[in-house]
Amino acid sequence: MFSLMRSLWEVFRHAFARRVTVQYPEQKAYLSPRYRGRIVLTRDPDGGERCVACNLCAVACPVACISLQATEDEHGRRYPEFFRINFSRCIFCGYCEEACPTYAIQLTPDCEMGEYKRKNLVYEKTDLMIDGPGKYPDYNFWRVAGVAIGGKDKGEAENELAAADLHSLMP
Amino acid sequence: MMPNLFPLLVIVVVLFVVLNLSAGLIWVERRLLALWQDRHGPNRVGPFGLGQIVADSIKLFTKEDWIPPFADKPVFVLAPAIVVATALISFAVVPFAPGFVIADLNIGILFLLAMSSLGVYSVVLAGWSSNNKYSLLGGIRAAAQMMSYEVFMGLSLLGVVMIAGSFRLTDIVEAQRKMWFVIPQCLGFILFLIAGVAETRRLPFDLAEAESELVAGFHSEYSGMKFGMFFVGEYIGVILISATISLLFFGGWLGPVLPPALWFALKTLFFICLFILFRAALPRPRFDQLMSWGWKVMLPLALVNLLVTGAVVLARR
Repeated sequence: MFSLMRSLWEVFRHAFARRVTVQYPEQKAYLSPRYRGRIVLTRDPDGGERCVACNLCAVACPVACISLQATEDEHGRRYPEFFRINFSRCIFCGYCEEACPTYAIQLTPDCEMGEYKRKNLVYEKTDLMIDGPGKYPDYNFWRVAGVAIGGKDKGEAENELAAADLHSLMP
Repeated sequence: MMPNLFPLLVIVVVLFVVLNLSAGLIWVERRLLALWQDRHGPNRVGPFGLGQIVADSIKLFTKEDWIPPFADKPVFVLAPAIVVATALISFAVVPFAPGFVIADLNIGILFLLAMSSLGVYSVVLAGWSSNNKYSLLGGIRAAAQMMSYEVFMGLSLLGVVMIAGSFRLTDIVEAQRKMWFVIPQCLGFILFLIAGVAETRRLPFDLAEAESELVAGFHSEYSGMKFGMFFVGEYIGVILISATISLLFFGGWLGPVLPPALWFALKTLFFICLFILFRAALPRPRFDQLMSWGWKVMLPLALVNLLVTGAVVLARR
């Protein structure tokens, strides 16, 4: 009986406690920078596309919501011809971000993407592409990759030794 | 002409106030529960979320009113009406202010008790006609619970009746001019409060509904406005029991400065809030605990209270 009275009193005291509710549209809950929300495609610090259309994200995706088509530009540099994410399927697991070898695909702390029509949830490349480098401001895949690409030859990448001249290799 | 119209006016006012209040209690209950659970509750629709009442009513009225094919149709339809009807009829004897009462019966308390006992038919019939084992279990529990708690509910009131010397509610209120009956009848008040919660099937004693055990008990199969009727009936019951407590133990409309009807409303509102606090704070007892508590503790206490009050009343005569 005493415990009942005490719990009545304790519950009554909560009338003066601080509210835990976040009044959502006016106040917003803090989402950490690594929050897994809307997916974006980022660019190099130079402004070029990071995505090399390797298809690893599409393979890693458990719900197969990413579809893309690879193509090459005049320098032999790969990029996606189209890149499509169906957000009505996406479960925001972040596996695509983990799979990406070039930090191109990233998840952002934005989760307000409600739509009235389902087809509006299919985001094309123009919807996904952002202008900045996202969470990795200084990373440029093409500058560290050891492949010859328009304007940069083998051995010219950052932290890369000059290519060995096979014909001059003498014991 | 005017004397004949006055009772009609009273009936209309009472119906209007009670029905609107019982709808409004949906909002009051949700806001208060939220208050005690560190939340805000419905605060989006209209000022303070008051539009929630309208929104809920529209939703209940426009929902599909479905009768399951396996149900006993006439009884199924009748059951929700009984709970609202009996609760509303009980308000016939409740005096809101001096002279403002529909029927000032000389057996007012007995009428109240009789009507609240009839209310249990609604639950039992609903449980039976739903043809669903969870509903039936809820109905059986309701029947047993009502039976046990009705007994000492009546007995706990007899102390008040003995001191006031009348079953008429207006006489009982007038007899509290010197002192509220809650002071000499403290035990009777506590017993009646517990029985009242059990009688309205509110949360510490909502074993007939028990959503964690019996889906929703007796109203599992109900939808739309039939479900709404049970809801409204429950809230009218809460208002009725709160009004009865304030009439019998807290001097009804008696009080300084403020007008009598306002005093009565304030006291009733206080007990409605207490009912909601019970819901927010107390856990539901097991069924056998409920029964043994009722028969082994409350009933003897009510009898002792009755005997002592009787002896005191006799000795002082």
